[in-house]
Amino acid sequence: MVLVCLRQMEKNSHGTIKKINGSREMERRIRDLGLFPGVKFKVEGRAPLKDPVALRLDNCKITLRNNEADNIMVEPEGGES
Amino acid sequence: MSISLALAGNPNSGKTTLFNALTGARQHVGNYPGVTVEKREGNWVINGKTLKVTDLPGTYSLTAYSLEEKVARDYLLENRSSVVVDILDATNLERHLFLAVQFMELGVPLILAVNMMDEAESSGIEIDIKLLASLLNIPVVPTIAREGKGKKEIFEELEKFDISTFKGSGFEISYGELIDEEILELEKLINGFSSVIQKYPSRWAAIKYLEEDPEILKIVDKADFKGEAKKRLEDLKNKTRNLFDMDPETIISDKRYGYISGIVRQAVRYKKESADRHKMTDKIDAVLTHSITGPVFMALVFYILFKATFAFGEIPMGWLESFFGFTGDVVTKIVPEGLLQSLIVSGIIDGVGGVLGFVPLIAIMFFMISFLEDAGYMARMAYMLDRVFRTFGLHGASVMPFIISGGIPGGCAVPGVMAARTLKSRKERIATILTAPLLMCGAKVPVFVLLCGAFFGEKAAMAMFWLTMGGWAAALLSAKLLRSTLIKGESTPFIMELPPYRMPTLKGVLLHTWERAKQYIKKAGTFILAISIVIWAMMTFPQLSDQEVSKYEQIKQNVSVEYEGTQELDAKLLEADNLLRQAELKNSIAGRLGTAITPVTELAGFDWKTNIALIGGFAAKEVIVSTLGTAYSLGETDPDAPEALSDKLINDPDFDYITAISLMIFVLLYAPCFVTVVATAKEIGWKWAMFGVISNTVLAFGLSAAFYQTARLGIFS
Repeated sequence: MVLVCLRQMEKNSHGTIKKINGSREMERRIRDLGLFPGVKFKVEGRAPLKDPVALRLDNCKITLRNNEADNIMVEPEGGES
Repeated sequence: MSISLALAGNPNSGKTTLFNALTGARQHVGNYPGVTVEKREGNWVINGKTLKVTDLPGTYSLTAYSLEEKVARDYLLENRSSVVVDILDATNLERHLFLAVQFMELGVPLILAVNMMDEAESSGIEIDIKLLASLLNIPVVPTIAREGKGKKEIFEELEKFDISTFKGSGFEISYGELIDEEILELEKLINGFSSVIQKYPSRWAAIKYLEEDPEILKIVDKADFKGEAKKRLEDLKNKTRNLFDMDPETIISDKRYGYISGIVRQAVRYKKESADRHKMTDKIDAVLTHSITGPVFMALVFYILFKATFAFGEIPMGWLESFFGFTGDVVTKIVPEGLLQSLIVSGIIDGVGGVLGFVPLIAIMFFMISFLEDAGYMARMAYMLDRVFRTFGLHGASVMPFIISGGIPGGCAVPGVMAARTLKSRKERIATILTAPLLMCGAKVPVFVLLCGAFFGEKAAMAMFWLTMGGWAAALLSAKLLRSTLIKGESTPFIMELPPYRMPTLKGVLLHTWERAKQYIKKAGTFILAISIVIWAMMTFPQLSDQEVSKYEQIKQNVSVEYEGTQELDAKLLEADNLLRQAELKNSIAGRLGTAITPVTELAGFDWKTNIALIGGFAAKEVIVSTLGTAYSLGETDPDAPEALSDKLINDPDFDYITAISLMIFVLLYAPCFVTVVATAKEIGWKWAMFGVISNTVLAFGLSAAFYQTARLGIFS
């Protein structure tokens, strides 16, 4: 299983969150918004200036900055849908 | 017994909509003591009973990291007699249950209102409410807050609660053997700390201790002389790290989600694929946040915002202006000429009238802002512009306050400062509020029109453009300076939800608009009235001695004799009268102050006439042009028709284009008008408000003096 950092994910690619690093507050914030290990998502897009990034989750849409995305390790899914 | 209830829930759960549906217009907005989080309270009248309803700030969790979470949590801990109605978005139940479970663990009397049932149904989500209630063992009510559906059901459930005997629901989640045992041990320990159990339920405190909640850590460790709890936590951390490579906190959070997933799997059925359910929002986003069409659309929104504000705002503003003008005329006729008349007309009516004249503007602006916010578009603007604003230590959501304050010429910093409430992080909010008044607000425009018209002729439009850009540069750079000195520190995490697009309800938008307008009007009636009188007094007292006045009367006499019967008589008399006004103004406190500071202000090229106008401009920037007119003995100059003043300035040998530029720099950047200062104090406190007055004035003077001196050197060398 190869983990990549969320920042490296391309637009429209899918993945599953595997691990959240970072400071305690950062981790807590990320989890509070529903990003925790096991959650599947799709990279919906990036803002016009390539940062922040928008994620489509099963029932909601979350946006976070690239430097916050650095704390999230992801197992990418092959193929596009 | 009267029951009170507290509405809680995630942001975007429809919490405020439900609050509006319950209380209607019987509500008021204040602040929680000591913090700037809005506190909405209202009365819900149902079946002949009146219930007090408090709308808690929207939160995702109860970790007490953000101000909102802390406020909500403290409120619940301190008001144990309230029944909590937790509003959940039916289309997003799993995420919203995360907060509900934390309320259950806290042991508060709880009713779940599963909201937006209609939307869930149309998105193919089926929720078995009865099963959900029995699985969680608490009352669950389906609601459609937008249509007011579910109120009766909430009331029925509410009546079943007997608060006096309520002892918690006994709800417990299993966090795995290791942690469960530790919670029990800690609970026993904490039961011995009276300072802790007075405020917190012991099991909840034990869980929070293991989650390393900063507040609980502090209070428990303080009571725990032997450091027993601390040692237990360290031991547990070592164990979980060895066994699972995780901290207890992470395990607890995972188990909570696990528990919720289990419940949702049983009680919720999805009849459509996720992609189908969000088709609408995703399709709109594909255009509105697209890298090219997104910014174009956003610029269009800004443009419409301004066009509409002024197009719709001008009409009622005109009415108000005529009304106050009429009132002034009536008073002039009834009250004999003299100080009392001057106080009422120039001090009170002009001062308060000038401020109230903004009400339509503010109302319309907030109408549109509430619309954009409720529709879900504000979050997208923050998303698209965050990268730019972050460079300067601000936040994507700083864009709205900036634009409203005058990012496009013609804004107003008062609603701008108020609009900064959408910023949840304190540091970014302070920086935004302090720098937004540097932008080109509508009241500064007449000053620039006058000066550009007089000294730049055909290039006036270009000069206005550069001034607007200068405002932006000053605001962004000062924000950067503030964020790297006085309010420095890591930016608060940006991570946020992009809510689904929804059509806002008229009622919600109108209530929000009315609230803002009401707050503004209240201020005009109290504080601003007082300051208007003070500034009037400063420009009126001390009065000229009888001797001086008679000197001017003599001049008038001479004029009327000399020009008797000629056509010039009226003009010459007015001229003489204006000389008197000029002498009166120069002799007043403001005039003397203006004269006294001349040695300093000369550095930037300002003489006493300019100084008085700038002092008057602290009341409202519009006053600058009219006061300058009086100081140049032109009588009160109408800011809309400043030709005479413009000629005077051109002919004044001490006033050239360098002075004009220096003055424009100063006017653009110096102390915000006092209405803005009051609004700032209300949002972030008097200390920051006064800081803004001083720092902006220092910045403005430094820049204009630097410019003036350099430019003069260039000319004379």
